[in-house]
Amino acid sequence: MAAPDVSRPTRLGRLERPALLGVLVREVINFSSYWRSTTFSATVEPTIYLLAFGFGFGSLVSTIGGYRYVEFVGTGTVATAVLFSSAFAAMFGTFIKYQFQRTYDAILAAPVDTEELVTAEALWIAARAGTYGCVPMLVAIVFGLDPSWGMLLVPFFGFIAGFGWACFGICIAGKASSIENFNYVISACLTPLFLVAGTFFPLDQLPRWAQVLGEFNPLHHLVELVRGAAFGYDGWQDLGRLGVLVLFAFVTWRLAIRWMTAKLVD
Amino acid sequence: MPVAPLAIRLSGVVKRYGAITAVDGLDLEVPEGTCIGLLGPNGAGKSTTMKMLTAQAIADEGEIEVLGLPLPGQSKAARAQCGVAPQLDNLDTTLTVEQNLVVFAFLYRIGRRDRKEAVERALALANLGDRRDTRVDKLSGGMRRRLLIARALVHRPRLVLLDEPTVGLDPQVRQELWALIDQLRAEGVSILMSTHYIEEAERLADRVTIMSHGKAVAEGPPHDLVREHAGTEALEVYGPQARLREVEGIAAAAGLRTRRTGTSVSLLRLADANGNLPDLDGERRPANLEDVFVLLTGEEIG
Repeated sequence: MAAPDVSRPTRLGRLERPALLGVLVREVINFSSYWRSTTFSATVEPTIYLLAFGFGFGSLVSTIGGYRYVEFVGTGTVATAVLFSSAFAAMFGTFIKYQFQRTYDAILAAPVDTEELVTAEALWIAARAGTYGCVPMLVAIVFGLDPSWGMLLVPFFGFIAGFGWACFGICIAGKASSIENFNYVISACLTPLFLVAGTFFPLDQLPRWAQVLGEFNPLHHLVELVRGAAFGYDGWQDLGRLGVLVLFAFVTWRLAIRWMTAKLVD
Repeated sequence: MPVAPLAIRLSGVVKRYGAITAVDGLDLEVPEGTCIGLLGPNGAGKSTTMKMLTAQAIADEGEIEVLGLPLPGQSKAARAQCGVAPQLDNLDTTLTVEQNLVVFAFLYRIGRRDRKEAVERALALANLGDRRDTRVDKLSGGMRRRLLIARALVHRPRLVLLDEPTVGLDPQVRQELWALIDQLRAEGVSILMSTHYIEEAERLADRVTIMSHGKAVAEGPPHDLVREHAGTEALEVYGPQARLREVEGIAAAAGLRTRRTGTSVSLLRLADANGNLPDLDGERRPANLEDVFVLLTGEEIG
């Protein structure tokens, strides 16, 4: 990366690499100070889920949809981990950075536009979500899930979904006037989506309307993709699910940019 | 005669927030290589003006150019050559001094080969070389402010925007920062500095623009402004409140403007009395910018 020639005024473009890099470097340096606690909770939480559901509930239900319950939950909680490490991190992190730490004021005074700021923040959260999202699956492997080559795509699925959920979180932070407002979104939106995603029980047991609603839940598609990765893909159907995640990511990305611009630029 | 290039040019700039007009037809010029002080009380529109210069607020009317680039269209290219030290500290408090500077070396696109040197130079400028590994939340208020300014200088900007650079600091720390700003000025960096400290503007600024209610009410070198608007001397009379009211009456009768400062009344523009200066027991002092401000706007600055 060369320093720009500042003696000659140039019109700088959109989504420039140096601007994205600058925002990412800040996140990476920050991460070096908190990675231990993040990694700890990312590992311990799915382990507890697996122990509680896998062995607690699994003792009542030995197989579900043709899978052993620990396999079913172990793959399903990948989506939970992706959601928790992206949507929540984005909502709270974004709000804190513009409202309390005023970090975004500092960044936007540099040659970085809101579009680049939002994109870089979402890329970073997505990379983390893609990585930490694999942890429940690795834990499940310890508890007896068979490894498979298809699983190598799970970080990629986690990244795409994580990008969408990160942008979703940034949207919410961009619209919220106080951090307490997040409670509405968490209770009315994220919790139902999280429960009706096919993580802990298959959706085909639910009433028809709930199944239809499930098809609009990006988290459900991520769950199914991860199961596809572990137990064999469904061909076109899984490609369609990937398409839904990409669309979700694209729409929330553009909305996040628009709403954060409204918030950050008077 | 060639006109000196301008680092900043604002012409007829208006910025409204709902019913409030924060900046109301402001004209302002910062010739390259000069330090311009933007002086006014809280709410005069200084911070809004600063935000518009980095396109973090978009003007409703008027034209803004920074380093010859029109805003907001080419703001990004302008920002690449600007350094900004905001009024409210926005350092990354969980990072070390050096890490804060490294992040900004990246944000300001300093090439890999020059990055280390740029960080070292900023550390030296802030006089924080021995604190490089200290987390920001462990620094004193003065050190944080020095770091905030050094962070704005890491990429050797041509123009520096300082929003109330010494607000809330004790006098000794303020002097240190003045020395730092003076050094920048000596290096030929253009500076726009907002302040409500009269002494700061008088010491550092080549020219001062006095703002009130979003408008520039006077502009010029500090000493010229004082001479033109407040004359050379003021008489400061101390006493209990009742006495101060009485003095104000006497001054008004003699055709003199006055200014109240808590325990005293200043009689301004003594020359206006045309030799009929009331015989009052007080201290004569040189007129200052604060007097100018009160004469022009009827408000106090501080």
